[in-house]
Amino acid sequence: MDSITTAASVVAAGLAVGLGAIGPGIGQGSAAQGAVEGIARQPEAEGKIRGTLLLSFAFMESLTIYGLVVALVLLFANPFAG
Amino acid sequence: MGFTPFIFPFAELEVGQHLYWQLGNIRIHGQVFLTSWLLIGALLTLVVVGTKKMERDPKGVQNLLEFLWDYIRDLARTQIGEKVYRDWMPFIGTLFLFIFVSNWGGALVPWRLIRLPSGELGAPTADINTTVALALLVSLSYFYAGLSNKGLRYFEYYVHPTPIMLPFKIVEDFTKPLSLSFRLFGNILADELVVAVLVFLVPLVLPVPVMFLGLFTSAIQALIFATLAAYYIGEAVEEHH
Repeated sequence: MDSITTAASVVAAGLAVGLGAIGPGIGQGSAAQGAVEGIARQPEAEGKIRGTLLLSFAFMESLTIYGLVVALVLLFANPFAG
Repeated sequence: MGFTPFIFPFAELEVGQHLYWQLGNIRIHGQVFLTSWLLIGALLTLVVVGTKKMERDPKGVQNLLEFLWDYIRDLARTQIGEKVYRDWMPFIGTLFLFIFVSNWGGALVPWRLIRLPSGELGAPTADINTTVALALLVSLSYFYAGLSNKGLRYFEYYVHPTPIMLPFKIVEDFTKPLSLSFRLFGNILADELVVAVLVFLVPLVLPVPVMFLGLFTSAIQALIFATLAAYYIGEAVEEHH
């Protein structure tokens, strides 16, 4: 692999994870906010809210994970490495 | 190809290194087969032992299996619906148990004690081929469920509220297996990577809570995979009016 491809791949891998974390971060924040408000209003529903919250967290987190998968492909299985 | 893999001194993690077996002109990842056979064997033993001497008062393994059965039945019933959930419960249950046991087996069993000529043993679900196979099975089964339950009326689903939805629904058929497989693969691989990097930086104490977090997310991912599979099947067999 020539050095320019290496450099571009490493930078792209960093960006893929870093930028990919922004959206789900905001999303998880607002989901947690909603859950806390829900628990404050109705403490007896805590168990149900927690379950739903964790499930939706996992969905949001998988968006970042897609970025990570792209980063890992760039680092370990780069299709452009000649 | 690509870089030589990073070798950590304590937790060797070899991404992209495999134990290749040659089968005809196909190269297969041997370490995935070894671990999945072992884990399937363990799962089968558990089920056979648990159902051998069934009693009216379940105890021990039978109790655990009945709890699992209840859990999977509730999952399938809420997603697929009262009418056809019984046909699909075995499939959903198998998916859930296999993924759960692979995720936890990959994390909990000290595979490093067994040395391989290349690559290392680990969770079968940390290999993209396993997860793609599982996701394609889900795709096939929801098509089959829709077609066998509703015949050609299944394709009404594609134009259901309005025909404008047609392209989106067609694209959805491709993105469903894509996101299913990548979600599972990425999460399990990320868990292993995070633990390996932490062990590399601080080899004592600190990785332990992260390992527990990893166990927790692996369990959630198994649940999510099974729930989504059931949801897709439920979507396909649902009657529109």
